[in-house]
Amino acid sequence: MKILVVDDETDVRDLFQQRFRREIRSGEMSFSFAFSGEEAMTYLRAHHSEVLIILSDINMPGMSGLELLSHVKEEFEMPPTTMMMITAYGDDESYSKAMELGANDFLTKPVDFAVLKDKLLQLIP
Amino acid sequence: MEATPSNGQLLFLAPLALLIIRGLRRFLDLPARLSWNNLLRYIWVPGVVLFLMGWVFNLHSPLLVDGYWLFVLLVVATVLVALRDYRPARTLLLALAPFLINKLLEFVLTGADGRLPKRFDQVLDTTQGFAIVWLITFIIIARNQKKTLEQERLQREEEEKAKRLIEAQNVELERLVVERTAALTFQAEELRSALTELRTTQAQLVQSEKMASLGELTAGIAHEIQNPLNFVNNFADVSVEMLAELREEQARPIRDPELEADLLADIAQNLQKIHHHGQRAASIVKGMLEHSRASSGERQPTNINHLADEYLRLAYQGLRAKDKTFNATLNTEFAPDLPLVQAIGPDLGRVLLNLFSNAFYAVRQRQLRGEAGYAPTVTVCTHQRGDQIEIKVRDNGPGIPETVRQKIFQPFFTTKPSGEGTGLGLSLSYDIVTQGHSGTLTVISEEGKYTEFLISLPINQAD
Repeated sequence: MKILVVDDETDVRDLFQQRFRREIRSGEMSFSFAFSGEEAMTYLRAHHSEVLIILSDINMPGMSGLELLSHVKEEFEMPPTTMMMITAYGDDESYSKAMELGANDFLTKPVDFAVLKDKLLQLIP
Repeated sequence: MEATPSNGQLLFLAPLALLIIRGLRRFLDLPARLSWNNLLRYIWVPGVVLFLMGWVFNLHSPLLVDGYWLFVLLVVATVLVALRDYRPARTLLLALAPFLINKLLEFVLTGADGRLPKRFDQVLDTTQGFAIVWLITFIIIARNQKKTLEQERLQREEEEKAKRLIEAQNVELERLVVERTAALTFQAEELRSALTELRTTQAQLVQSEKMASLGELTAGIAHEIQNPLNFVNNFADVSVEMLAELREEQARPIRDPELEADLLADIAQNLQKIHHHGQRAASIVKGMLEHSRASSGERQPTNINHLADEYLRLAYQGLRAKDKTFNATLNTEFAPDLPLVQAIGPDLGRVLLNLFSNAFYAVRQRQLRGEAGYAPTVTVCTHQRGDQIEIKVRDNGPGIPETVRQKIFQPFFTTKPSGEGTGLGLSLSYDIVTQGHSGTLTVISEEGKYTEFLISLPINQAD
C-alpha cells in the first residue's frame, strides 16, 4: 500500500519512516514524501496509479492542502482511494471545506500515530 | 502839517490810534506776547484828554495834535522794542524808525506858533515822503516775514504733531509687544507641556504598537512552537519504542546486527532532532520575548537572512491563524554569503514583521477581489551592494497609489479599516531603519502590479 505524505516540514519523513518502520520493513506499507502541494502534484502525475492514500497537511506555503485536494479530485479520473487531511488548526471551517472537497478523513495535530496506524491498517485490502 | 491845525483832529486821531493798535495787536499777536497789552486799549484816552483840555482852556496849538500823534508813534515803537525778539516786530521797528525820526524832528523844530522854520520845512516834507514809502515797504516785508514764520511754525507744529503721533504709536507698539511676548511665553509654556505629554503618549503608543504586533504574532508563534514540540514529542516517543525494540533484538538467540545498528543510528539521529526542535522552540520563545521587550538598543552582529526568514514565517503563520483560507507563495532569495550586520535584532525584526504583514495583507486584498489566475506571492531578497546590505520585500498585491505612497511613513496614516491598523507600523519602521540603523527605507510600487520596500543598511554602523 503506497502512501504519499505531503508536509512542508522535512522531518516528517524521518518521523513516518520510524513510526511505521515495522510496516515498511514487512512491506505492508510504503511511503513517499512531498514537501509542498506542487511537489505532490508532480509526484502524482508520475506515479498516480501506485498511490492509494494521500496524507496531507493543510497549512503549507504555496499550494495549501485543500487546494491540493481539489486539484487531485479534478485532475485524476481515478483518484487515490483515500485522502486524509492533517491540520494544526482543528477548526470547523477547514473541516467542512475538506469534507466538501471530498476528503475521507480529517486529523488534527499533534497526530496520534496509534490512531493513524489503525486507520491505515483498516484500509489495507 | 496844516497851517491851522484844529484840536478837532485829536478826535480823529484817537480812533485812528486805536485802529493802529488793533492792527498791531492782530499782526503781532500781542495778547500772547505782551504782558501790558491791555493798557494799549486806552491809547485813545490821552487824545480825548488833550482835546478836553484844549477845549476847556481854549488852547489852540498844533503841538497838541502833533504831541499826541508823536505819543502814539512812540507807544508803537516801545511795543516794537519790547517785542524785538520777534522778527516781524524788528522789521516794523525798522519801518517805523525814519517816520518816527522825521516826526520827532518836526516836533522839536516846530516853533511855539506851530510853524516850521522855512529851511527845515522843505527837507522834512521830502524826507517824510521817503519815510512813508519806507514805512509801507517795510510793513509789506514784515507781513511776508510773518507769513513765512507762520508757515514755519505751522510746519513745526505739524512735525511736532507727527512726532507726538509716532511717540504715541511707539508706546502703543511697546505695549502690544509686551502683551504679545506674554502671550507667546504662555503659549511656549503650553506647547512645552503639550510636547512632554505627547512624548509620553508616543512612548506609550510605541509600546502598544509593539504589543499589537505581538498580538498578531501570537497565533503564528503558537503554530511555530507547536510544530517543533510535536516533533520533540514524536521523536522522543518513537525513540522509546525503538529502544524497546532494540532490547527485544538483543534478547533474541539469533541477533541481527544490521538491524540493531540501524536502530541505534536512528535513535542517535532522533536525539539530535529532539535537540534541534527543542532549540527551534526556544529560539521562537526568545524572539517573542525580545519582540515585546523595550529595545535595549544594543547592536549585535546579526544574520539578516535568519532574521528575515524567521519573521517571514511568523508573519505568514500569524495571518494564516487569523484567516484559515489565506495562502501565498513565499519566495526567499537569500544571498548565501551575506556578512553579519551590526543591528538591534528585535528592532529590525519588528520592521521586517511589519513589512511582511503589510505584504501579506496586500496580496490578501487582491486575492479577495477574485482575479482569475492570481497567485499571491511575497518575495524576500537579500544581497550586498558595496558596503550596504539590501533587503527587498516585494508583494504582487494591488500596489500603492502615488498619493498614498507619499504618506505611508507618516505616523497614524493607515489605509486599513479603523480598528485594524494603528498607522504606526511603517512610521516606526522608518525611524528604526533611519535613526536606529543609519539606513534607508524606500518604497516603489506600480498600481495593479506590485509593491516593493527596500531596506538598505550599512554593514559597519558609524557609531
